[in-house]
Amino acid sequence: MTTVTDGAVRATVDADRALSRFSPRLDGDFPGWFTDFRQAGFDWAMEHGFPTRKDEDWKYTRLEAIGEVPFVPAAPGIDHRLLSTTIDERVGDLGGPRLVFVNGHFAPECSRRAALPNGTTVTSLASALAVGGEQLRWLSRRTPRPYRHAFSALNAAVAEDGALIRVPAGTIIDEPIELAFFSHTGGIPLVSSPRSVILAGPDSAVTIVETHAGTHGDLYWSNGVVEVVLDEGACVEHYTVQDEAETAFHLALMDVRQAQGSRFRSHSVALGSSIARHEVHVSLEGEGSEVDLEGLYLPRGDQQHDNPILIEHMAPGCTSRQLYKGIVDGGAHGVFNGHIIVRPGAFGTDASQTNKNLLLSDHAEVDTRPRLEIFADDVQCTHGAAVGRLDEDALFYLRSRGIPEQEARGVLTYAFAREMVTRCPSAVVRARMEHLIADRLTTGANEPVMDSRLTSEIRSVKGGRSK
Amino acid sequence: MLRIENLHASIGDNQILRGVDLELKAGEVHAIMGPNGSGKSTLAQVLAGSEAYDVTGQVRYEGRDLFALSPEARAAAGVFLAFQHPMEIPGVGNLYFLRTALNSVRKERGLHELSAMDFLALCREKMKLVEMDQSFMGRSVNEGFSGGEKKRNEILQMAILEPKLAILDETDSGLDIDALRVVANGVNALRSPDRAMLVITHHQRLLDYVVPDRVHVMAEGRIVSSGDKELAVALEEHGYAGVGAEVQASRRSAVGVAP
Repeated sequence: MTTVTDGAVRATVDADRALSRFSPRLDGDFPGWFTDFRQAGFDWAMEHGFPTRKDEDWKYTRLEAIGEVPFVPAAPGIDHRLLSTTIDERVGDLGGPRLVFVNGHFAPECSRRAALPNGTTVTSLASALAVGGEQLRWLSRRTPRPYRHAFSALNAAVAEDGALIRVPAGTIIDEPIELAFFSHTGGIPLVSSPRSVILAGPDSAVTIVETHAGTHGDLYWSNGVVEVVLDEGACVEHYTVQDEAETAFHLALMDVRQAQGSRFRSHSVALGSSIARHEVHVSLEGEGSEVDLEGLYLPRGDQQHDNPILIEHMAPGCTSRQLYKGIVDGGAHGVFNGHIIVRPGAFGTDASQTNKNLLLSDHAEVDTRPRLEIFADDVQCTHGAAVGRLDEDALFYLRSRGIPEQEARGVLTYAFAREMVTRCPSAVVRARMEHLIADRLTTGANEPVMDSRLTSEIRSVKGGRSK
Repeated sequence: MLRIENLHASIGDNQILRGVDLELKAGEVHAIMGPNGSGKSTLAQVLAGSEAYDVTGQVRYEGRDLFALSPEARAAAGVFLAFQHPMEIPGVGNLYFLRTALNSVRKERGLHELSAMDFLALCREKMKLVEMDQSFMGRSVNEGFSGGEKKRNEILQMAILEPKLAILDETDSGLDIDALRVVANGVNALRSPDRAMLVITHHQRLLDYVVPDRVHVMAEGRIVSSGDKELAVALEEHGYAGVGAEVQASRRSAVGVAP
């Protein structure tokens, strides 16, 4: 495991100038409460400023690169019809209900409505605000909590659109709902700030598939926030495919809150972006709730994929599982920063966290950092991290059977990734992910190098308090 | 078919093979016996193309310089090693692995690649030979296989790849008598006038089933004694210490015993 030097570098963001570009647009037709919400986000960001590498949660993210580009918030009004073919190519289409956003703004021409159970809302936030903004006031009461950092506050400051999904009590939606976020800049460095809200009512069930992509070669910054709220007994299955242009920046926050007996599963695959941060914050607020996070990141070239995960066990008898795998090629950098906090009173917590990384090149770098903070008794937490290279003995075994070296490397690399695909419950999404991963691993031109065996270290902490 | 001359192999400062000479003709089965650490497995690994060793000396295989060939090229040319410790490869299906291997080898040999259906038919046929259950095909390569199952899987691979030179590295170790019989039957079924085998074993037991043309004893990185199958019987009776005198003798005279 290699670690970035501790002398943290202050991000070279000219904070005031950069922030001023994010002043909330006042000419939109928004209800008063929403304007207040945006202003509060802006004020928070102005007060706290951008995070820097001195902040523990940001020490690995190459923020400097983002600060160097004069990004401007994307306005609505692009002609989506010209893009629909590109979008279908880059994003795919599962054939069911689908909301497409271009630069963070709803693109109805590319979207598809489908028959959904009574009382279900699947729409864009902007259209919902335009139709009956005052009736959505509950959104401001219900969802926001203290901002995690200036980027999520800035998302709020310029938030205008995103997906709004509300599944009523007891409703089960079988067909996956697709959310596609596509970026196309036309040469202007745009930042898109979609803000999506998914509310799963008591004992409801829904599957959401999020895809993030953009025009190849475009310089843009996607700064999206997704809030997921699970009521008692709700079940949400969530998928993310991050396939942004490799020139882009992608800072995403998924903020999940779970009530009693709810179950949240998330599977993600990250391929794109120059710098990507896939942040997940889950609060297990209700007794017996369960969360299962699985992610595969495949940075190559000089890409950076950062995965800051925070799971808070706040109630008794909750279960959390994390399994993240990285395949890092070229001079790329993969980061897993997994933090579990077991709050006082969260007895009977069962938490596990596993991160495994495969380095395909001498220049590839991985930082893996499991963190456990336990403030309750009768807790079972395990965590393990491994960083290794392709197993030389396995490679020799395959070659001794006649399989050419490059092919043998491909077979072993894909085998490492395959576990993540096979664990993906939805067959249609699994097929899409399988295709994307196979495509990436067979075209990843970098010559893999290896000289040591996969090493692994599994530690286990059981019972009792630990500090 | 195979001529080994003055073969040395080392890892770092650790000299493992110290001048091995051996000749193996088509149709012959030779056994190599010897105590732990005598270099038997290293010899097998080096012949299959392991890059873990620094190697000097000469090995001609069908008149070609074996060391000029990559492991995959050796496989295509008909060299096969049944591993002492077959690798477990999670995430790679056994059937997929076997088919990829066979088609790689067939391609190099100028044969057309087999379709999934044709391969399955071939595989079923060969599995009977080693009395292997079809459920093994759906599993990852050797993952969760018992010792005996792994060894059968090696023999299955050998039967499918149809090598000219098969090297069996302690294929009998850890097998109960039934598994030993199955493995030995598999090996015997592959004996043919144009195929040579090098059988590395600790025990004479396997040689009751797979009767060798010659037996060599390895000690301290070279072959110290060679003879017919009676040598294996003598070893069983007197142990390696019994040939210890010969080890000393061969050292004094500095003459390796050639077959």
